[in-house]
Amino acid sequence: MQPTFDITARQGELVVSASGAWEKTSLAACPGTCETFTSRALSAMQGDVRAVRLIAPELEGWDSPLLAAFHTIAREAFSRGLSVDVSGLPDGMAPMLDMALAVPPRDQGVKKTEPGFLEMLGEKCLAWPGITLDVVNFIGEVSQSMARFFTGRASCSSRDMWNVLRECGVDALPIVTLTSLLLGLILAFVSSMQLKLFGAEIYVASLVGVSMVRVMGPVLTGIVLSGRTGASFAAVIGSMQVNEEVDALTGFGISPTDFLVLPRVLGLAVMTPLLTLYADVAGMAGGFLVGVLMLGIAPASYLANTLEFLTMSYVWIGLLHALVFGFIISLCGCYQGIRCGRNASAVGRATTSAVVSSIVGIIVATSVITIIFTVLDL
Amino acid sequence: MSDAIADNAAVTAQNVTVAYGSRVVQSGLSFTVRKGDIFIIMGGSGCGKSSLLRVLMGLTPPAQGAVYYGKENFWGAPVKEREAIMRRTGVMFQSGALWTSRTLAENVALPLEYYTSLSPREIRDIAAFKLALVGLAGFEDFYPSEISGGMRKRAGLARALALDPDVVYFDEPSAGLDPVSAARLDELILQLRDTLGMTVVVVTHELASIFTIANNSVFLDAKTKTMIAGGDPHELLKSGPDDVVEFLTRGKGRDRGGIA
Repeated sequence: MQPTFDITARQGELVVSASGAWEKTSLAACPGTCETFTSRALSAMQGDVRAVRLIAPELEGWDSPLLAAFHTIAREAFSRGLSVDVSGLPDGMAPMLDMALAVPPRDQGVKKTEPGFLEMLGEKCLAWPGITLDVVNFIGEVSQSMARFFTGRASCSSRDMWNVLRECGVDALPIVTLTSLLLGLILAFVSSMQLKLFGAEIYVASLVGVSMVRVMGPVLTGIVLSGRTGASFAAVIGSMQVNEEVDALTGFGISPTDFLVLPRVLGLAVMTPLLTLYADVAGMAGGFLVGVLMLGIAPASYLANTLEFLTMSYVWIGLLHALVFGFIISLCGCYQGIRCGRNASAVGRATTSAVVSSIVGIIVATSVITIIFTVLDL
Repeated sequence: MSDAIADNAAVTAQNVTVAYGSRVVQSGLSFTVRKGDIFIIMGGSGCGKSSLLRVLMGLTPPAQGAVYYGKENFWGAPVKEREAIMRRTGVMFQSGALWTSRTLAENVALPLEYYTSLSPREIRDIAAFKLALVGLAGFEDFYPSEISGGMRKRAGLARALALDPDVVYFDEPSAGLDPVSAARLDELILQLRDTLGMTVVVVTHELASIFTIANNSVFLDAKTKTMIAGGDPHELLKSGPDDVVEFLTRGKGRDRGGIA
């Protein structure tokens, strides 16, 4: 039998009755019945109605939807101060309803409304000073922690340190090799097309060498590491934050900065320059391949041209870039991880922000360093 | 094999071995959970209770043996049928395992949206009802991170009940709850069994709950790596093996007289 309902008010009493088959499977055949039932009953609750009686004669079957409908009706009746009689319901339904109604609903207070565009813009702007202060605080904490470390007053587990060195150093070698070798190839290839016009293919060697060592090597390594390592820092520390592992550290009086951030910052500060040197060599090897195999430059003259223009100061400038990038990547990753919220999507947001902010940081830092050294005429 | 299964069996384990790789946690487990039972899996810490639960609820396959739902061999069935069976079971995980990026109402509503053709309003009403049933009326729009651990557990139960399952699994339901909430949860479990005819399988150490709700059980032993007793815990208390009696009485004494 189809689910049917009847709602009648007599002498101040509203009788709400349901009969027929009300299981989810039978309801699927006549969609919306339950919704109509609830809304009719709710709208009938007005005028001189002082009591609500729920009955279910000739009920063939029921499960959650009907119970939920009765529950919604009863709760609304209670909130309007009406009395509710559930004694006419079949065995089992009344006790369940009693259990559900036993705990009064929590007063939800003012419901948050979705902010409009301007409100969101305003909130973002207003949040800026706070975030800036927070970042400065974080950098301060890390600096103090490093000071403690170098004066021998902070310990950071050497096992963690080795792990970081291995994960962001050795394990990154294949991807760094591939990307920088290809970048060297590309640089040589593109520049040779222009230099050919002047018959100056030989300068491909110095062009690749200087640009790889001075800026391209460090930037490429930085970008690879921010995607690889910075993201993993944020995700690892972020999920520790979700599991309250960070609080557990603080609870033992262990500073999360010393324990989690310091090894990562130091590890990356050591590893980024080393990886950069490696990337420089791989990039130059890529250029060498193009120069020797495609442009027909003699290997010896390629090497001579490279060494003629590649001075030690370029190497130092490149390494300075790398050191700065190492700090930027690890600080961005750890900051986003430590400030991560307490749910799964917060970890995702933290990881995204870590990568985005470290790449932006790398580009900005490169421009600043380049401007400084141009002014210094190096 | 399957003709040996009684008609009133909800879940049957036949000679099940639970293992992680080559490390056997429990072996030779055979028991029947009858329809409408409140079945307790008990045993000391680390004896493999939760691992057995994962096998029963269909999350990890047993290393050996079979699990039957009714008369259907669960792990021998094709994936589609296994999913259909799993839809008829509900699980309350130890720490709630709520989806953190959804509100409590959305947590309960998700399975309903997937598997029923109810309207959004009806689903919303059902979610509100299930939450009210576990004492969380008015918390529909809260996120799991905004409520306490005990409340998260109860919300996990509301979600387990979303699809009106035939079998509900509880992993340590009362751990982390205050005595009143724990007792209320026991009452709710009994109520669900009595009114909806649900079969309930519980992993617990809580003796108060064991004796209030259980009418069937299995006792896993960590040393011999197998079950050493099974049946109604009240009977076990009278005539069970010494280890089981000790487990069931030690704690009882402690419940009454404090730690000493």
